[in-house]
Amino acid sequence: MTAHATPAAEESSERLCGLLAEFADAPALVEAARTVREAGIRRFDSHSPFPVHGIDGAMGIRPTVLPWLVMGAGVAGAIVALVMQWWTNAVDYPLNISGKPLFSLPANIPVTFELIILFSALTAFFGVLALNGLPRFHDPLSQSERFRRATADRFFISIDARDAAFDATRLRGLLEGAGATAVETVYEAPTAAQIPPVIYLAGIVVVSLALIPPLWIAKDRRSTSDTPRMHPVRDMDDQPRFQPQADTPLFANGQTMRLPVPGTIASGDLRDDDHFFRGTEGEQFVTTLPPQVQPVTLAFVQRGRERYDVYCAPCHGLAGAGDGITSVRALARPDSPGWVPPLSLHSLGVREQPIGKIFNSITNGIRTMPAYNAQIPPQDRWAIVVYVLALQRSQNAVLDDLPPEEREKLELRDFRN
Amino acid sequence: MTAVDNTFNLPGQRAPLVTGKADYATITQDVCAIAEQHRPPRSWYIAFAVSVATLGVLGAAIVYLITTGIGVWGNNSPAFWGFDIVNFVFWVGIGHAGTLISAILFLFRQQWRTSINRMAEAMTIFAVMCAGLFPAIHVGRVWLIYWLAPYPNWLAMWPNFRSPLLWDVFAVSTYATVSALFWYLGMIPDLATLRDRAQTPIRRMAYGLFALGWTGSARAWHHYERAYLLLAALATPLVLSVHSVVSFDFAVSQVPGWHTTVFPPYFVAGAIFSGFAMVITLAVPARAYFGLKHLITPRHLENICKVILVTSLMVGYAYSIELFTAWYSQNPYESFLFLGNRPFGPYGVFYWIMVTCNVVIPQLFWFKKCRTTAWIMVVIAILVNVGMWMERFVIMMSLTRDFLPSSWGLFIPTPIDIVMFIGSFGLFFTLFLLFCRYLPVVAMAEVKTVLPHGHQP
Ligand code: HEC
Repeated sequence: MTAHATPAAEESSERLCGLLAEFADAPALVEAARTVREAGIRRFDSHSPFPVHGIDGAMGIRPTVLPWLVMGAGVAGAIVALVMQWWTNAVDYPLNISGKPLFSLPANIPVTFELIILFSALTAFFGVLALNGLPRFHDPLSQSERFRRATADRFFISIDARDAAFDATRLRGLLEGAGATAVETVYEAPTAAQIPPVIYLAGIVVVSLALIPPLWIAKDRRSTSDTPRMHPVRDMDDQPRFQPQADTPLFANGQTMRLPVPGTIASGDLRDDDHFFRGTEGEQFVTTLPPQVQPVTLAFVQRGRERYDVYCAPCHGLAGAGDGITSVRALARPDSPGWVPPLSLHSLGVREQPIGKIFNSITNGIRTMPAYNAQIPPQDRWAIVVYVLALQRSQNAVLDDLPPEEREKLELRDFRN
Repeated sequence: MTAVDNTFNLPGQRAPLVTGKADYATITQDVCAIAEQHRPPRSWYIAFAVSVATLGVLGAAIVYLITTGIGVWGNNSPAFWGFDIVNFVFWVGIGHAGTLISAILFLFRQQWRTSINRMAEAMTIFAVMCAGLFPAIHVGRVWLIYWLAPYPNWLAMWPNFRSPLLWDVFAVSTYATVSALFWYLGMIPDLATLRDRAQTPIRRMAYGLFALGWTGSARAWHHYERAYLLLAALATPLVLSVHSVVSFDFAVSQVPGWHTTVFPPYFVAGAIFSGFAMVITLAVPARAYFGLKHLITPRHLENICKVILVTSLMVGYAYSIELFTAWYSQNPYESFLFLGNRPFGPYGVFYWIMVTCNVVIPQLFWFKKCRTTAWIMVVIAILVNVGMWMERFVIMMSLTRDFLPSSWGLFIPTPIDIVMFIGSFGLFFTLFLLFCRYLPVVAMAEVKTVLPHGHQP
């Protein structure tokens, strides 16, 4: 029994909180709760180490709203999840995964499901705390030594002194009549245990200090500055190295960039075959094909045609007449001064060239025509040369060039109609 | 408190869930005494020292991994996943039994759960912590792990919500949160008991802080019971979804041996199987050690053994269906994997360990003797967990031989791999031993309701 139990002298200095009655078992508790309720008391509660069956009815506790809160949270979870997935992956940053729809329910179900559960569970947990007014670290009932067994093996009814029908003497009799093994009066201690101010002070200091880093980061992110941003984790941004053009103490000549040993040739870069790589022999352009592409096959000529159509036709035209689409469009524009139209490949100057010179024009460009050695490998350049020769031949053919049977077909035709 | 045989089933008669002379006072006393003893027995210190040492090794390995990179593991191309994900799936699976016991058995009104649910839920939470560790460190640059979360950022990018790996992030983190809430909510009344029995101000303050001011008020119990029911109802589909989503990590990919529809149920059954085995492994020593034999009775253990037997049959069924599908589909890659590479390839021995431990050995539980003899069931349970670890390893090694023989490879664990796996047990047991030392290991409030006279109104 505590000092706060009953002595009349102390009562005046302490505020009356209510009555506390102890019962031996659960059935007695339920009966007593019913009696108290029937006596018109509303601000009372019963306390037991485990949920007692039938106490809700006896005390007139109405069904909890918790399930509705949880249901609301579940619906909210579903909506949040679906909107989040749709907006992030289909609207704000459309993410194409193998051409699948940007938003399709089956793929978005798992996350939706998990968020429904998460929202509902958090609501159930914090909901029960809120509905019960927890956490609450100060309770006048905890003054009573006896009451400590409420969480172990005893059963209690507490009646709040603020109840309209509260009358200590009458209720004491009522509780004892209902089988209470003990009844005591509970007072609010005048000096309820207080948290010492030092702890408050320390708390404020700790919280303020803890706020500095986030505030600093926030300021750093929001403001502009001419020095680089704070970047706590360097990751791949941080790659210590010497810049190629800068100087270095590492090497005697102070140069960061290393030069290859004189005479070094990268593998595959030797190109000592002038005929194949340059189309020249001594100072002269060659007039024959290099042995690497001989004998010329139909497939080789077709390869040449295909490459020609890709690289040359835009300027020189599909038949080599210098009427490629680029040139046609450039000439059609009134604002294209200085456009040099590509030559017709059938002009006499070109037809009389040694084939090495055509190869050279492709390789290194000529006058206003750009070089193509970077795009087209030598083998293909020769294929194009062969095709250009074929084009020239096609545009300047004479009847005698046709095989006899083709000629017959032509001669039989009557062009007059 | 001698063990009374309550494993009988007589028509019309209920076997007692709690044996011996248990009433509200003795239950409170027996359970609280464990958390209140001034000096735990020497064996606790020894176990704790070993666990903490192992945990320390894990910590050192993690520091080494983070500062050096995940090359310290045996992971390679094509085995991009190795021990990390094997351990992840292993530990998540173990966690599942706790939720199953606390939530699903609660919904089915299986009141025998009350004595073991607290311990099983603790096991869940600690197992999920061990599980979460591995994927978290396997991302390599752990300090950027927050990239997994959908938050507005200066990269102007969002996570890909159609990736099973992202589903996994959501599933596992939801699971960890909900299990922790469920565990804590269930513990609040018992923490209040410990608070009210506390002899020193520090204990009173510590337990009081976490008991949140609970006084066992009927109005509070009213909301509380409903909240507990709701959480159980939410946790039940959640636990099924978690391991299904874990299985999607594999099943949604193209790799032969992974790309199968049987994976979700197969993984869930395997998870329950391994988790219950872990419950046996923990509960049998704990009940003997803490004098809880009258609360965690032979009937509890026998029930768990029966669950293990059933889930073993399910797992065995899944293994045989995999083989059947491989043969029946006539898919050359599937047939190669299931009928050739898995049983007879480089990791064949692990396949046969898996089959033996998971399908053959648990059949011993058909015999009542095995279901009621403590040491036999512990041995079987440990073997089951060995087998279940092998299962995940065998599945993972499908990576090493997929479609193109030119890209085949081998996975060989490094010492760091092995140390980390062992170290994760250090983490688990350290937490579990601390739990046994400071928290109510049995849900006292719940057990009180299943006492013979607890039912009466
Ligand atoms: C960007 C347009 C353009 C493309 C593409 C182009 N040419 Fe030319 N080409 C020109 C122009 C313009 C000239 C005339 C240059 C001059 O007279 O200044 C020219 C001239 C030539 C000549 C005549 C050189 C001489 O000796 O007078 C040849 C041969 C030739 N091109 C071949 C080719 C071949 C083969 C290709 C494909 C690989 C090609 N060209 C692609 C624009 C082009």
